[in-house]
Amino acid sequence: MVLELFLNAVVAGILLGGFYAAVALGLSITFGQLDIVNIAHPAFVIVGSYTAYIANENFGIDPILAGVLFAPVFFAAGMLIYRFYYVSFERTEQESIRGLAFFFGIMFIIEVVLIMVYGVDYRLVEAEYIGKTVHLAFFDIPVRMLVPFLMASAMTLAVYLYLSRTFIGRAILAVAQDRLALQLMGADPVKIKQLAMGIAVATAAVAGALLIVIGPVEPSVGRLYIGRVFAIVILGGMGSIGGTFSAALMIGIAESLIATFYGPSWAPAVGFTILLLTLALRPQGLFGRA
Amino acid sequence: MSVPVLQVTDLTKKFGGFVALNQVSLHLGRGERLGLIGPNGSGKTTMINCISGALINDEGSILFEDREIRTLPAYKRACLGIARSFQIPRPFKSMTVLENLCVPLDYAAWDRIDHRHVHDQAMDILRTIGIADRADEISADLTQVDLRKLELARAMAAKPTLLISDEAMAGLSHSEVDEILEILLALNERGVAVIMIEHIMRAVMQFSHRIIVLDAGRKIAEGTPDEIVQNPDVERAYLGE
Amino acid sequence: MKTRNRTFLVGSAVVFLAGLLFTGVADNEFYFFTSYVVLQAVVMATAWNILGGFTGYVNFGSAGFFAVGAYVSIALNKAFGLPLPFLILAAAVMSGLMGLAAGCLTLRLKGVYFAIATLAMAIVCETIVINWEYVGGASGAYILTPEDSLFFDSYIEMLFMVILSIAIGSAAVARYLSTSRIGQGLAAIRDDEIAAECNGVPTLKLKLISATVMGAMMGAAGAPYPFFVTYVDPASAFNLLIAINAIAMPMIGGTATWLGPIIGGLVVGGAQEIITVTISSEMNLLVVGVMLVGFITLAPKGIVGLFQDYLKKRRTR
Repeated sequence: MVLELFLNAVVAGILLGGFYAAVALGLSITFGQLDIVNIAHPAFVIVGSYTAYIANENFGIDPILAGVLFAPVFFAAGMLIYRFYYVSFERTEQESIRGLAFFFGIMFIIEVVLIMVYGVDYRLVEAEYIGKTVHLAFFDIPVRMLVPFLMASAMTLAVYLYLSRTFIGRAILAVAQDRLALQLMGADPVKIKQLAMGIAVATAAVAGALLIVIGPVEPSVGRLYIGRVFAIVILGGMGSIGGTFSAALMIGIAESLIATFYGPSWAPAVGFTILLLTLALRPQGLFGRA
Repeated sequence: MSVPVLQVTDLTKKFGGFVALNQVSLHLGRGERLGLIGPNGSGKTTMINCISGALINDEGSILFEDREIRTLPAYKRACLGIARSFQIPRPFKSMTVLENLCVPLDYAAWDRIDHRHVHDQAMDILRTIGIADRADEISADLTQVDLRKLELARAMAAKPTLLISDEAMAGLSHSEVDEILEILLALNERGVAVIMIEHIMRAVMQFSHRIIVLDAGRKIAEGTPDEIVQNPDVERAYLGE
Repeated sequence: MKTRNRTFLVGSAVVFLAGLLFTGVADNEFYFFTSYVVLQAVVMATAWNILGGFTGYVNFGSAGFFAVGAYVSIALNKAFGLPLPFLILAAAVMSGLMGLAAGCLTLRLKGVYFAIATLAMAIVCETIVINWEYVGGASGAYILTPEDSLFFDSYIEMLFMVILSIAIGSAAVARYLSTSRIGQGLAAIRDDEIAAECNGVPTLKLKLISATVMGAMMGAAGAPYPFFVTYVDPASAFNLLIAINAIAMPMIGGTATWLGPIIGGLVVGGAQEIITVTISSEMNLLVVGVMLVGFITLAPKGIVGLFQDYLKKRRTR
């Protein structure tokens, strides 16, 4: 009986973890590769959730499809944000404290605007697969968790392949490690970083759609994810997409087990505690470059 | 013979699998001027990082005035009397030139100076170096050569027994190199032992009592400037086979 | 005593006496409620700036230190019924230790990791408090206002004087830190930590001192809070607005001096009170966020910096 509970919790954790990977993916790019501490990334994800909600509520579009459709818009927004960040902070090498505060302010503004426009009520979406459950042996797998997991895995794989196989993708990996070498090879580091941030914010659109499929969303939900995504990116090791995915699964499983056996009110602390432990014991993470 | 200021024995430093320094030994007597040269990547910067405390060496011992300093944090070594200037100047950007000097006076040199009139002591050093007219300027606004001078002034303000000068002359004009050389010689005359890392050969030749040559993490030669110039191993290291 | 120190002492005394006079003269309690909120923000801003502005390490979890102070106050008051000064002291010690712990964990790493760690600590503390039934857990705790308000007309007037005293104390500590040898070391760390270390500055030690003082001050600010609001729940104590105000006020007022956070606190805090009352509390939040982003992008040296630049221009004209 306990074994069944345990295994179900683990499976739920894996599904949850896969979804967390989707949320953390954008941060893995901006923070892990580009050293931009985009603490507002979860807020972008929430915007993605609301975008999916609007599309679903007003036009009946499937939320995940909406997320994918709006990804280009988010991509453009990401590029603009990087441009602004670069001009205001990075160029003058003031990025440390002011850059952090800037993104903190952006996160705050996003949350407040959402509250002002949509209020603090929970919003949810409707789709065919939400509410169904798949039964495998003694496992009960809610489809609303399964679909985001599959989608998240696909997106992570796509980003990983893009970064490792295409020229631009490899340029992004290169700019993190050696700006000068990149310039000598004829690529403009600023444009590359702009592109990378565009991709990162585009993933937020999709991740947000997945989030609202899994459960209802209200403006302050983003805050719970800050600790999780930073924990995932740091635990996984900066600059490693594979590491991010593995760390996400680990945290998803840990949270699921804690929630099942100790109660859901302890779950938010799991990610943050793991983060603190990682920072204290092994700051370079499990798979990261030193 | 008096106790050497610095006695480094069999220093080894690895980064993962890469051996940056392999059992390098050197010594430096009181008031001596040592040149440290070698091709890029030979381990010169790693060596001085280990001596100043920015890195901790894996093996070997570092004795400063007969005291093992291997495990001491960098700031403690500065307080004992090891000063270093940085290849790319690192001024305290929000402070004036004078305030920049007050930091080492108030910290590294604290136990060795008179606590009154710290500002006056700082001004004296600025006058010696030749940038006293810039005392109240914000350090971020200085020219490149003045920044180099500020680096050395700051090192001087730490009242060191040993100064490590890391490529202080890189990229400077002929006359600017002479200015820096003069400053280092003046410092040495006050009893400060100097380790000079430099690629500008005429400066190293003029300045050093003794030269040590590193290549790929090992010491390959040691001797007077004349001996080094004639050493075939040194020629090979710089020019290849 | 140096003239500047004497000026500060006299100024502080004047402010304190003005506060006393205010309690004697004003009869609308609303003024004291508003002033309390603004002064609390001033303390938080001053505290934040010690680590943020003086030393260069950003703390996102200010609400955590504040709330720990508040909850220590609640717990000790419930267990032993201690008077307020003891509660403030205990809260300061507890939050100070928390600052030290956060520092020990992360101040060896880059500033970015410290910032994230502070956010993490705040949420972990919040989760612990939510699950701690003794102080009310998620549903919160009620504090009864004691009858005794010393020689003041009402309890809120006494609390006002308490927070005013804490504010003056914080300003004095911040001023001492910034003008002392320690402050010089902190500025060196902020400008270039590696160079500071090589110039003899014990960077880790000073950073830990900074973090501890900051934590202690924030805890002290939190200690009277339960008595001010009479009902405390984790959502209000760990409120993100507290965290963002702690950052926004010094950055808007000016992070280089001890005066900047006070000016920022008064200006932004005052604006917030006006907006909350006249428009709405959400608009108030939006304004803070926009002001923060606006100032960091356009006027990074803050109000104090703008003023100093203005003075410099006048002098060279």
